[in-house]
Amino acid sequence: MERDSTPGAGVAVPLPGATVLPGSSEEQGEPGLIMQFLEWFGDLGVFFMRVVHAAFTPPFEFRELLNQLDEIGSKSLPLVALAGGATGIVISLQARYSLTRFGAASLLPAAIVFSVIHETGPIITGLVVSGRVGAGIGAQLASMKVTEQIDAIEASAVNPYRLLAAPRIIACFLMLPLLTLAADLFGMLMGWVSQALVSPLSLQQFVTRGFKGATFNDFLPPTFKTMFFGLIIGVIACFQGMRTKGGAAGVGRAATSSVVLASLFVILADVVLVKLILILFP
Amino acid sequence: METINQVAPKKPKRPDDGTPAVSVENVHKSFGKQKVLNGISLSVKRGETLAVLGRSGTGKSVLLRLIIGLQQPDSGAVRIHGEDIVGLSLDDMGRIRKGMGFLFQHAALYDSLTVEQNVAFPLEHHRPEMSSAERAERVRNLLAEVGMEGSLQKMPANISGGMQKRVGLARALALDPQILLLDEPTAGLDPISSGEIDELVLKLQAEHQMASIVVTHDIHSAKTIADRLALLDKGNVVIEGTFAELQSSENEFVKNFLKYS
Repeated sequence: MERDSTPGAGVAVPLPGATVLPGSSEEQGEPGLIMQFLEWFGDLGVFFMRVVHAAFTPPFEFRELLNQLDEIGSKSLPLVALAGGATGIVISLQARYSLTRFGAASLLPAAIVFSVIHETGPIITGLVVSGRVGAGIGAQLASMKVTEQIDAIEASAVNPYRLLAAPRIIACFLMLPLLTLAADLFGMLMGWVSQALVSPLSLQQFVTRGFKGATFNDFLPPTFKTMFFGLIIGVIACFQGMRTKGGAAGVGRAATSSVVLASLFVILADVVLVKLILILFP
Repeated sequence: METINQVAPKKPKRPDDGTPAVSVENVHKSFGKQKVLNGISLSVKRGETLAVLGRSGTGKSVLLRLIIGLQQPDSGAVRIHGEDIVGLSLDDMGRIRKGMGFLFQHAALYDSLTVEQNVAFPLEHHRPEMSSAERAERVRNLLAEVGMEGSLQKMPANISGGMQKRVGLARALALDPQILLLDEPTAGLDPISSGEIDELVLKLQAEHQMASIVVTHDIHSAKTIADRLALLDKGNVVIEGTFAELQSSENEFVKNFLKYS
Protein backbone atom coordinates (compact mmCIF):
# COMPACT_ATOMS: atom_id res chain seq x y z
CA MET A 1 0.00 0.00 0.00
CA GLU A 2 1.59 3.27 -1.06
CA ARG A 3 1.12 6.07 1.42
CA ASP A 4 3.57 8.71 0.35
CA SER A 5 1.10 11.21 -1.07
CA THR A 6 -1.64 11.88 1.41
CA PRO A 7 -2.43 15.58 1.36
CA GLY A 8 -4.94 17.35 3.55
CA ALA A 9 -5.83 15.16 6.49
CA GLY A 10 -2.36 13.70 6.68
CA VAL A 11 -0.50 16.88 7.59
CA ALA A 12 0.59 17.23 11.21
CA VAL A 13 -0.15 20.56 12.89
CA PRO A 14 3.12 22.26 13.93
CA LEU A 15 3.44 23.56 17.46
CA PRO A 16 3.46 27.36 17.82
CA GLY A 17 6.96 28.67 17.16
CA ALA A 18 8.12 25.41 15.60
CA THR A 19 11.08 25.69 13.25
CA VAL A 20 10.43 24.88 9.61
CA LEU A 21 12.94 22.14 8.79
CA PRO A 22 14.54 21.76 5.39
CA GLY A 23 12.59 19.23 3.41
CA SER A 24 9.50 19.43 5.62
CA SER A 25 6.05 19.79 4.05
CA GLU A 26 5.97 23.43 5.15
CA GLU A 27 9.21 24.11 3.33
CA GLN A 28 8.13 22.13 0.29
CA GLY A 29 4.84 24.04 0.09
CA GLU A 30 1.42 22.40 0.15
CA PRO A 31 -0.58 21.95 -3.05
CA GLY A 32 -3.40 24.45 -3.56
CA LEU A 33 -6.91 23.85 -2.28
CA ILE A 34 -8.25 22.77 -5.66
CA MET A 35 -5.36 20.35 -6.13
CA GLN A 36 -5.91 18.96 -2.62
CA PHE A 37 -9.62 18.54 -3.38
CA LEU A 38 -8.89 16.73 -6.67
CA GLU A 39 -6.20 14.56 -5.05
CA TRP A 40 -8.62 13.64 -2.25
CA PHE A 41 -11.22 12.48 -4.77
CA GLY A 42 -8.57 10.62 -6.77
CA ASP A 43 -7.28 8.85 -3.67
CA LEU A 44 -10.86 8.08 -2.62
CA GLY A 45 -11.53 6.50 -6.03
CA VAL A 46 -8.39 4.34 -5.83
CA PHE A 47 -9.29 3.34 -2.27
CA PHE A 48 -12.83 2.38 -3.30
CA MET A 49 -11.61 0.25 -6.22
CA ARG A 50 -9.19 -1.58 -3.92
CA VAL A 51 -11.99 -2.26 -1.42
CA VAL A 52 -14.33 -3.52 -4.17
CA HIS A 53 -11.59 -5.84 -5.47
CA ALA A 54 -10.83 -7.09 -1.95
CA ALA A 55 -14.53 -7.56 -1.12
CA PHE A 56 -15.24 -9.74 -4.16
CA THR A 57 -12.12 -11.92 -4.17
CA PRO A 58 -11.38 -14.72 -1.70
CA PRO A 59 -10.52 -15.26 1.09
CA PHE A 60 -13.66 -13.68 2.54
CA GLU A 61 -13.56 -12.33 6.08
CA PHE A 62 -16.98 -13.61 7.24
CA ARG A 63 -16.09 -13.59 10.94
CA GLU A 64 -15.03 -9.95 10.81
CA LEU A 65 -18.19 -9.13 8.83
CA LEU A 66 -20.34 -10.68 11.57
CA ASN A 67 -18.46 -8.67 14.21
CA GLN A 68 -19.08 -5.48 12.26
CA LEU A 69 -22.76 -6.27 11.64
CA ASP A 70 -23.10 -6.49 15.42
CA GLU A 71 -20.92 -3.45 16.10
CA ILE A 72 -22.57 -1.23 13.49
CA GLY A 73 -26.10 -2.67 13.49
CA SER A 74 -27.09 -4.00 16.90
CA LYS A 75 -25.14 -1.45 18.89
CA SER A 76 -26.55 1.49 16.91
CA LEU A 77 -30.13 0.30 17.39
CA PRO A 78 -30.91 2.02 20.74
CA LEU A 79 -29.55 5.36 19.54
CA VAL A 80 -31.38 5.18 16.20
CA ALA A 81 -34.64 4.14 17.91
CA LEU A 82 -34.33 7.01 20.38
CA ALA A 83 -33.60 9.55 17.64
CA GLY A 84 -36.45 8.18 15.50
CA GLY A 85 -38.86 8.30 18.44
CA ALA A 86 -37.90 11.89 19.31
CA THR A 87 -38.34 12.93 15.69
CA GLY A 88 -41.79 11.32 15.62
CA ILE A 89 -42.82 13.39 18.64
CA VAL A 90 -41.50 16.61 17.08
CA ILE A 91 -43.28 15.93 13.77
CA SER A 92 -46.48 15.17 15.64
CA LEU A 93 -46.30 18.42 17.65
CA GLN A 94 -45.40 20.58 14.65
CA ALA A 95 -47.88 18.95 12.26
CA ARG A 96 -50.72 19.20 14.79
CA TYR A 97 -50.11 22.92 15.15
CA SER A 98 -49.96 23.53 11.37
CA LEU A 99 -52.79 21.20 10.33
CA THR A 100 -55.15 22.45 13.04
CA ARG A 101 -54.62 26.02 11.79
CA PHE A 102 -55.74 24.95 8.31
CA GLY A 103 -58.61 22.77 9.55
CA ALA A 104 -56.98 19.52 8.48
CA ALA A 105 -56.30 17.89 11.86
CA SER A 106 -57.77 14.60 10.64
CA LEU A 107 -54.78 14.26 8.28
CA LEU A 108 -52.34 14.21 11.20
CA PRO A 109 -51.72 10.40 11.21
CA ALA A 110 -50.99 10.43 7.47
CA ALA A 111 -48.73 13.47 7.86
CA ILE A 112 -46.73 11.68 10.58
CA VAL A 113 -46.49 8.37 8.70
CA PHE A 114 -45.52 9.91 5.36
CA SER A 115 -43.01 12.33 6.89
CA VAL A 116 -41.35 9.57 8.83
CA ILE A 117 -41.10 6.90 6.13
CA HIS A 118 -40.35 9.27 3.23
CA GLU A 119 -37.67 11.42 4.74
CA THR A 120 -37.11 11.86 8.44
CA GLY A 121 -36.58 8.17 9.27
CA PRO A 122 -33.94 7.62 6.55
CA ILE A 123 -32.09 10.91 7.02
CA ILE A 124 -32.11 10.77 10.82
CA THR A 125 -30.74 7.22 10.63
CA GLY A 126 -28.06 8.32 8.16
CA LEU A 127 -26.95 11.21 10.34
CA VAL A 128 -27.03 9.29 13.63
CA VAL A 129 -25.00 6.44 12.12
CA SER A 130 -22.60 8.97 10.54
CA GLY A 131 -21.96 10.33 14.02
CA ARG A 132 -21.69 7.11 15.94
CA VAL A 133 -20.22 4.72 13.41
CA GLY A 134 -18.30 7.25 11.29
CA ALA A 135 -16.41 8.57 14.30
CA GLY A 136 -15.85 5.06 15.65
CA ILE A 137 -14.47 3.61 12.42
CA GLY A 138 -12.42 6.73 11.64
CA ALA A 139 -10.81 6.84 15.09
CA GLN A 140 -10.23 3.08 15.32
CA LEU A 141 -8.55 2.74 11.93
CA ALA A 142 -6.59 5.96 12.40
CA SER A 143 -5.31 4.72 15.74
CA MET A 144 -4.26 1.44 14.09
CA LYS A 145 -2.57 3.38 11.30
CA VAL A 146 -0.48 5.68 13.49
CA THR A 147 0.65 2.77 15.68
CA GLU A 148 1.67 0.80 12.56
CA GLN A 149 -0.89 -1.94 13.24
CA ILE A 150 -2.24 -1.64 9.68
CA ASP A 151 1.33 -1.95 8.37
CA ALA A 152 1.76 -5.00 10.60
CA ILE A 153 -1.37 -6.56 9.07
CA GLU A 154 0.03 -5.92 5.61
CA ALA A 155 3.47 -7.21 6.60
CA SER A 156 1.74 -10.40 7.77
CA ALA A 157 0.59 -10.88 4.15
CA VAL A 158 -3.03 -10.01 5.00
CA ASN A 159 -4.80 -7.47 2.78
CA PRO A 160 -5.96 -4.65 5.11
CA TYR A 161 -8.62 -3.57 2.63
CA ARG A 162 -10.09 -7.08 2.84
CA LEU A 163 -9.75 -7.45 6.61
CA LEU A 164 -10.54 -3.94 7.85
CA ALA A 165 -12.32 -1.85 5.21
CA ALA A 166 -14.54 -4.28 3.29
CA PRO A 167 -16.37 -5.79 6.33
CA ARG A 168 -17.05 -2.35 7.80
CA ILE A 169 -18.35 -0.92 4.54
CA ILE A 170 -20.51 -3.99 3.77
CA ALA A 171 -21.89 -3.91 7.32
CA CYS A 172 -22.83 -0.22 6.93
CA PHE A 173 -24.42 -0.97 3.55
CA LEU A 174 -26.54 -3.83 4.92
CA MET A 175 -27.43 -2.37 8.30
CA LEU A 176 -28.64 1.10 7.31
CA PRO A 177 -32.00 -0.10 5.84
CA LEU A 178 -32.65 -2.26 8.91
CA LEU A 179 -31.83 0.60 11.25
CA THR A 180 -34.08 2.84 9.16
CA LEU A 181 -36.95 0.43 9.73
CA ALA A 182 -36.35 0.76 13.46
CA ALA A 183 -36.26 4.58 13.22
CA ASP A 184 -39.47 4.53 11.14
CA LEU A 185 -41.21 2.23 13.61
CA PHE A 186 -40.26 4.21 16.70
CA GLY A 187 -40.95 7.51 14.91
CA MET A 188 -44.51 6.47 14.00
CA LEU A 189 -45.08 4.89 17.42
CA MET A 190 -43.98 7.98 19.33
CA GLY A 191 -45.90 10.18 16.87
CA TRP A 192 -49.03 8.23 17.78
CA VAL A 193 -48.26 8.42 21.53
CA SER A 194 -47.75 12.16 21.24
CA GLN A 195 -51.06 12.57 19.42
CA ALA A 196 -52.95 10.16 21.67
CA LEU A 197 -51.93 12.16 24.74
CA VAL A 198 -53.66 15.25 23.31
CA SER A 199 -56.74 13.68 21.70
CA PRO A 200 -57.75 10.04 22.21
CA LEU A 201 -56.90 7.93 19.15
CA SER A 202 -56.36 4.16 19.18
CA LEU A 203 -53.25 2.69 17.55
CA GLN A 204 -55.48 0.83 15.08
CA GLN A 205 -57.20 4.08 14.03
CA PHE A 206 -53.82 5.79 13.72
CA VAL A 207 -52.47 3.02 11.50
CA THR A 208 -55.62 2.85 9.37
CA ARG A 209 -55.66 6.61 8.77
CA GLY A 210 -51.90 6.92 8.49
CA PHE A 211 -51.41 4.24 5.87
CA LYS A 212 -54.55 5.05 3.87
CA GLY A 213 -53.47 5.30 0.24
CA ALA A 214 -49.89 4.26 1.01
CA THR A 215 -48.17 1.89 -1.42
CA PHE A 216 -44.88 0.00 -1.43
CA ASN A 217 -43.47 2.81 -3.55
CA ASP A 218 -43.92 5.10 -0.57
CA PHE A 219 -41.99 2.75 1.65
CA LEU A 220 -39.38 0.71 -0.23
CA PRO A 221 -37.38 3.31 -2.22
CA PRO A 222 -36.82 5.66 0.76
CA THR A 223 -35.77 2.70 2.91
CA PHE A 224 -33.40 1.18 0.37
CA LYS A 225 -31.84 4.53 -0.49
CA THR A 226 -30.19 4.34 2.93
CA MET A 227 -27.96 1.59 1.54
CA PHE A 228 -26.20 4.41 -0.32
CA PHE A 229 -25.96 6.35 2.94
CA GLY A 230 -24.31 3.27 4.50
CA LEU A 231 -21.90 2.99 1.59
CA ILE A 232 -20.95 6.66 1.92
CA ILE A 233 -20.47 6.44 5.71
CA GLY A 234 -18.40 3.25 5.51
CA VAL A 235 -16.19 4.32 2.62
CA ILE A 236 -15.46 7.81 3.95
CA ALA A 237 -14.80 6.67 7.53
CA CYS A 238 -12.49 3.84 6.43
CA PHE A 239 -10.72 6.09 3.92
CA GLN A 240 -10.14 8.91 6.40
CA GLY A 241 -8.97 6.44 9.06
CA MET A 242 -6.58 4.48 6.87
CA ARG A 243 -4.87 7.54 5.36
CA THR A 244 -4.18 9.28 8.67
CA LYS A 245 -0.76 10.53 9.71
CA GLY A 246 0.48 12.47 12.69
CA GLY A 247 -0.08 10.62 15.98
CA ALA A 248 -2.86 11.53 18.40
CA ALA A 249 -3.68 14.73 16.51
CA GLY A 250 -4.10 12.69 13.35
CA VAL A 251 -6.51 10.31 15.10
CA GLY A 252 -8.61 13.26 16.26
CA ARG A 253 -8.63 14.77 12.79
CA ALA A 254 -9.62 11.45 11.21
CA ALA A 255 -12.55 11.00 13.62
CA THR A 256 -13.78 14.55 13.10
CA SER A 257 -13.36 14.55 9.33
CA SER A 258 -15.08 11.16 9.07
CA VAL A 259 -18.19 12.48 10.80
CA VAL A 260 -18.25 15.85 9.04
CA LEU A 261 -17.63 14.48 5.54
CA ALA A 262 -19.91 11.46 5.95
CA SER A 263 -22.78 13.66 7.23
CA LEU A 264 -22.24 16.19 4.46
CA PHE A 265 -22.15 13.57 1.72
CA VAL A 266 -25.20 11.78 3.17
CA ILE A 267 -27.20 15.04 2.95
CA LEU A 268 -25.94 15.77 -0.57
CA ALA A 269 -26.69 12.21 -1.69
CA ASP A 270 -30.17 12.53 -0.20
CA VAL A 271 -30.90 15.49 -2.46
CA VAL A 272 -29.99 13.46 -5.54
CA LEU A 273 -31.69 10.26 -4.36
CA VAL A 274 -34.97 12.01 -3.46
CA LYS A 275 -35.11 13.55 -6.94
CA LEU A 276 -34.33 10.17 -8.54
CA ILE A 277 -37.02 8.43 -6.47
CA LEU A 278 -39.59 11.04 -7.46
CA ILE A 279 -38.72 10.49 -11.12
CA LEU A 280 -38.53 6.68 -11.03
CA PHE A 281 -41.42 6.05 -8.58
CA PRO A 282 -43.90 8.85 -9.29
CA MET B 1 12.60 -26.17 26.13
CA GLU B 2 10.83 -27.19 22.94
CA THR B 3 12.05 -25.59 19.78
CA ILE B 4 9.81 -23.78 17.34
CA ASN B 5 10.40 -26.29 14.59
CA GLN B 6 8.79 -29.10 16.56
CA VAL B 7 5.37 -27.89 15.43
CA ALA B 8 6.46 -25.65 12.59
CA PRO B 9 4.24 -25.78 9.53
CA LYS B 10 5.60 -28.15 6.93
CA LYS B 11 6.99 -26.04 4.11
CA PRO B 12 9.67 -26.94 1.60
CA LYS B 13 12.78 -24.86 2.13
CA ARG B 14 13.91 -22.84 -0.87
CA PRO B 15 17.03 -24.46 -2.38
CA ASP B 16 20.16 -22.33 -2.05
CA ASP B 17 21.04 -21.60 -5.70
CA GLY B 18 23.28 -18.67 -4.83
CA THR B 19 20.60 -16.03 -5.57
CA PRO B 20 20.61 -13.44 -2.78
CA ALA B 21 17.56 -13.72 -0.54
CA VAL B 22 17.26 -9.92 -0.57
CA SER B 23 18.79 -7.65 -3.13
CA VAL B 24 18.37 -3.88 -3.31
CA GLU B 25 19.70 -2.39 -6.55
CA ASN B 26 20.31 1.32 -7.13
CA VAL B 27 17.22 2.36 -5.18
CA HIS B 28 16.20 6.00 -4.93
CA LYS B 29 13.47 7.28 -2.63
CA SER B 30 12.38 10.83 -1.89
CA PHE B 31 9.60 12.36 0.17
CA GLY B 32 8.72 15.62 -1.50
CA LYS B 33 12.03 17.40 -2.05
CA GLN B 34 13.77 15.41 0.67
CA LYS B 35 15.96 12.70 -0.81
CA VAL B 36 16.11 9.78 1.64
CA LEU B 37 17.75 6.99 -0.35
CA ASN B 38 20.16 7.92 -3.09
CA GLY B 39 21.02 4.96 -5.31
CA ILE B 40 21.56 2.44 -2.52
CA SER B 41 22.54 -1.17 -3.34
CA LEU B 42 22.75 -4.04 -0.84
CA SER B 43 22.26 -7.77 -0.82
CA VAL B 44 21.88 -10.48 1.81
CA LYS B 45 22.35 -14.23 1.33
CA ARG B 46 20.47 -17.00 3.07
CA GLY B 47 21.79 -17.62 6.58
CA GLU B 48 23.49 -14.22 6.70
CA THR B 49 22.74 -11.27 8.99
CA LEU B 50 23.36 -7.73 7.78
CA ALA B 51 23.18 -4.84 10.24
CA VAL B 52 22.29 -1.47 8.72
CA LEU B 53 23.64 1.38 10.81
CA GLY B 54 23.48 5.13 10.47
CA ARG B 55 22.35 8.37 12.01
CA SER B 56 18.66 9.12 12.49
CA GLY B 57 16.93 10.12 9.27
CA THR B 58 19.36 8.40 6.93
CA GLY B 59 16.65 6.12 5.52
CA LYS B 60 17.34 2.89 7.43
CA SER B 61 13.72 2.20 8.33
CA VAL B 62 12.56 3.35 4.87
CA LEU B 63 14.92 0.74 3.40
CA LEU B 64 13.21 -2.00 5.42
CA ARG B 65 9.75 -0.74 4.42
CA LEU B 66 10.80 -0.85 0.77
CA ILE B 67 12.04 -4.42 1.17
CA ILE B 68 8.73 -5.59 2.62
CA GLY B 69 6.79 -3.52 0.09
CA LEU B 70 5.09 -1.13 2.51
CA GLN B 71 6.51 1.67 0.37
CA GLN B 72 7.58 1.81 -3.25
CA PRO B 73 10.95 3.15 -4.48
CA ASP B 74 11.04 6.05 -6.94
CA SER B 75 13.47 4.01 -9.06
CA GLY B 76 15.64 0.92 -8.79
CA ALA B 77 14.83 -2.71 -8.04
CA VAL B 78 14.07 -4.63 -4.84
CA ARG B 79 14.40 -8.37 -5.39
CA ILE B 80 13.27 -11.10 -3.04
CA HIS B 81 14.81 -14.45 -4.05
CA GLY B 82 15.48 -12.88 -7.45
CA GLU B 83 11.91 -11.61 -8.06
CA ASP B 84 11.51 -7.85 -8.45
CA ILE B 85 8.70 -6.82 -6.09
CA VAL B 86 8.41 -3.19 -7.19
CA GLY B 87 4.88 -2.51 -8.42
CA LEU B 88 3.43 -5.89 -7.43
CA SER B 89 -0.25 -5.92 -6.47
CA LEU B 90 -1.24 -6.34 -2.80
CA ASP B 91 -2.18 -9.98 -3.37
CA ASP B 92 1.05 -10.78 -5.22
CA MET B 93 3.01 -8.99 -2.54
CA GLY B 94 1.15 -11.08 0.03
CA ARG B 95 2.56 -14.23 -1.58
CA ILE B 96 6.12 -12.84 -1.13
CA ARG B 97 5.45 -11.59 2.40
CA LYS B 98 4.42 -15.05 3.60
CA GLY B 99 8.12 -15.90 3.49
CA MET B 100 9.16 -12.79 5.42
CA GLY B 101 8.96 -11.74 9.05
CA PHE B 102 9.02 -8.11 10.16
CA LEU B 103 9.64 -6.79 13.68
CA PHE B 104 8.48 -3.17 13.89
CA GLN B 105 10.38 -0.61 15.93
CA HIS B 106 7.51 -0.30 18.42
CA ALA B 107 6.41 -3.92 17.93
CA ALA B 108 3.04 -2.80 16.42
CA LEU B 109 1.09 -5.49 18.28
CA TYR B 110 -2.67 -5.50 17.66
CA ASP B 111 -3.94 -3.74 20.76
CA SER B 112 -7.38 -5.38 20.71
CA LEU B 113 -5.91 -8.90 20.74
CA THR B 114 -4.15 -10.82 23.51
CA VAL B 115 -0.51 -11.84 23.24
CA GLU B 116 -1.62 -15.33 22.18
CA GLN B 117 -4.02 -13.97 19.53
CA ASN B 118 -1.33 -11.64 18.17
CA VAL B 119 1.03 -14.55 17.52
CA ALA B 120 -1.81 -16.70 16.17
CA PHE B 121 -2.89 -13.97 13.69
CA PRO B 122 -0.61 -14.95 10.74
CA LEU B 123 -1.33 -18.64 11.34
CA GLU B 124 -5.11 -18.10 11.30
CA HIS B 125 -4.86 -16.34 7.95
CA HIS B 126 -2.25 -18.48 6.20
CA ARG B 127 -2.35 -21.94 7.77
CA PRO B 128 -6.02 -22.93 7.46
CA GLU B 129 -4.97 -26.58 7.45
CA MET B 130 -3.80 -26.31 11.08
CA SER B 131 -6.33 -27.39 13.70
CA SER B 132 -6.97 -25.05 16.64
CA ALA B 133 -5.02 -27.40 18.90
CA GLU B 134 -2.02 -27.42 16.54
CA ARG B 135 -2.20 -23.65 16.23
CA ALA B 136 -2.39 -23.19 19.99
CA GLU B 137 0.60 -25.51 20.47
CA ARG B 138 2.64 -23.64 17.85
CA VAL B 139 1.79 -20.30 19.45
CA ARG B 140 2.80 -21.63 22.89
CA ASN B 141 6.10 -22.90 21.49
CA LEU B 142 6.84 -19.63 19.70
CA LEU B 143 6.15 -17.67 22.87
CA ALA B 144 8.23 -20.11 24.92
CA GLU B 145 11.09 -19.60 22.48
CA VAL B 146 11.07 -15.85 23.19
CA GLY B 147 10.49 -16.33 26.92
CA MET B 148 6.89 -15.13 26.94
CA GLU B 149 5.03 -18.36 27.64
CA GLY B 150 3.59 -16.96 30.88
CA SER B 151 1.83 -14.03 29.21
CA LEU B 152 -0.54 -15.74 26.78
CA GLN B 153 -3.69 -13.95 27.92
CA LYS B 154 -2.17 -10.54 28.63
CA MET B 155 -3.04 -7.54 26.47
CA PRO B 156 -0.17 -5.68 24.74
CA ALA B 157 -0.86 -2.55 26.82
CA ASN B 158 -0.17 -4.54 29.99
CA ILE B 159 3.35 -5.72 29.12
CA SER B 160 6.63 -3.79 28.92
CA GLY B 161 8.30 -2.52 25.74
CA GLY B 162 10.88 -5.30 25.84
CA MET B 163 8.15 -7.92 26.24
CA GLN B 164 6.22 -6.38 23.36
CA LYS B 165 9.30 -6.76 21.16
CA ARG B 166 9.61 -10.41 22.16
CA VAL B 167 5.97 -11.00 21.24
CA GLY B 168 6.50 -9.08 17.98
CA LEU B 169 9.46 -11.34 17.25
CA ALA B 170 7.36 -14.45 17.94
CA ARG B 171 4.68 -13.11 15.57
CA ALA B 172 7.32 -12.38 12.90
CA LEU B 173 8.52 -16.00 13.17
CA ALA B 174 5.05 -17.57 13.12
CA LEU B 175 5.12 -18.49 9.42
CA ASP B 176 8.70 -19.81 9.63
CA PRO B 177 10.08 -17.05 7.37
CA GLN B 178 13.18 -17.31 5.19
CA ILE B 179 13.81 -13.58 5.55
CA LEU B 180 13.67 -11.66 8.84
CA LEU B 181 13.63 -7.86 8.99
CA LEU B 182 14.20 -6.23 12.36
CA ASP B 183 13.66 -2.49 12.82
CA GLU B 184 15.56 -1.24 15.87
CA PRO B 185 15.06 -4.42 17.93
CA THR B 186 16.89 -2.99 20.96
CA ALA B 187 15.85 0.68 20.77
CA GLY B 188 14.47 2.02 24.03
CA LEU B 189 15.39 -1.07 26.02
CA ASP B 190 17.61 -1.28 29.07
CA PRO B 191 21.05 -2.91 28.55
CA ILE B 192 19.96 -6.26 30.02
CA SER B 193 16.82 -6.46 27.86
CA SER B 194 18.89 -5.39 24.82
CA GLY B 195 21.40 -8.14 25.51
CA GLU B 196 18.60 -10.69 25.90
CA ILE B 197 17.04 -9.65 22.58
CA ASP B 198 20.46 -9.91 20.89
CA GLU B 199 20.96 -13.43 22.28
CA LEU B 200 17.47 -14.37 21.18
CA VAL B 201 18.09 -13.13 17.63
CA LEU B 202 21.39 -15.02 17.50
CA LYS B 203 19.73 -18.23 18.73
CA LEU B 204 16.84 -17.94 16.27
CA GLN B 205 19.25 -17.16 13.47
CA ALA B 206 21.29 -20.28 14.27
CA GLU B 207 18.15 -22.44 14.36
CA HIS B 208 16.39 -21.07 11.28
CA GLN B 209 19.24 -20.00 8.98
CA MET B 210 17.24 -17.01 7.78
CA ALA B 211 18.53 -14.06 5.81
CA SER B 212 18.24 -11.21 8.30
CA ILE B 213 18.51 -7.45 8.01
CA VAL B 214 18.72 -5.56 11.29
CA VAL B 215 18.34 -1.80 11.32
CA THR B 216 19.89 -0.35 14.44
CA HIS B 217 21.68 2.59 16.04
CA ASP B 218 23.29 0.23 18.50
CA ILE B 219 26.80 -0.64 17.32
CA HIS B 220 27.28 -3.15 20.15
CA SER B 221 24.13 -4.99 19.20
CA ALA B 222 25.15 -4.91 15.51
CA LYS B 223 28.59 -6.28 16.36
CA THR B 224 26.99 -9.14 18.34
CA ILE B 225 24.35 -10.32 15.91
CA ALA B 226 25.55 -9.40 12.41
CA ASP B 227 27.94 -11.08 9.98
CA ARG B 228 28.29 -7.84 8.00
CA LEU B 229 27.58 -4.22 8.78
CA ALA B 230 26.57 -1.46 6.37
CA LEU B 231 26.89 2.15 7.45
CA LEU B 232 24.52 4.61 5.76
CA ASP B 233 24.93 8.34 5.30
CA LYS B 234 22.99 10.69 3.01
CA GLY B 235 20.95 7.85 1.58
CA ASN B 236 23.78 5.59 0.53
CA VAL B 237 26.23 3.05 1.92
CA VAL B 238 29.44 4.65 3.17
CA ILE B 239 31.10 1.36 4.07
CA GLU B 240 30.09 -2.30 4.15
CA GLY B 241 32.02 -5.11 5.81
CA THR B 242 32.82 -6.81 9.09
CA PHE B 243 33.13 -4.85 12.31
CA ALA B 244 36.93 -5.19 12.07
CA GLU B 245 36.86 -3.67 8.59
CA LEU B 246 34.79 -0.75 9.86
CA GLN B 247 37.26 -0.23 12.70
CA SER B 248 40.19 -0.11 10.33
CA SER B 249 38.50 2.38 7.97
CA GLU B 250 40.15 5.76 7.47
CA ASN B 251 36.83 7.37 6.44
CA GLU B 252 36.15 10.35 8.71
CA PHE B 253 32.40 9.65 8.98
CA VAL B 254 33.01 5.99 9.88
CA LYS B 255 35.60 6.97 12.50
CA ASN B 256 33.24 9.54 14.02
CA PHE B 257 30.32 7.11 14.05
CA LEU B 258 32.36 4.46 15.87
CA LYS B 259 33.86 7.06 18.21
CA TYR B 260 30.48 8.35 19.43
CA SER B 261 28.67 4.98 19.47
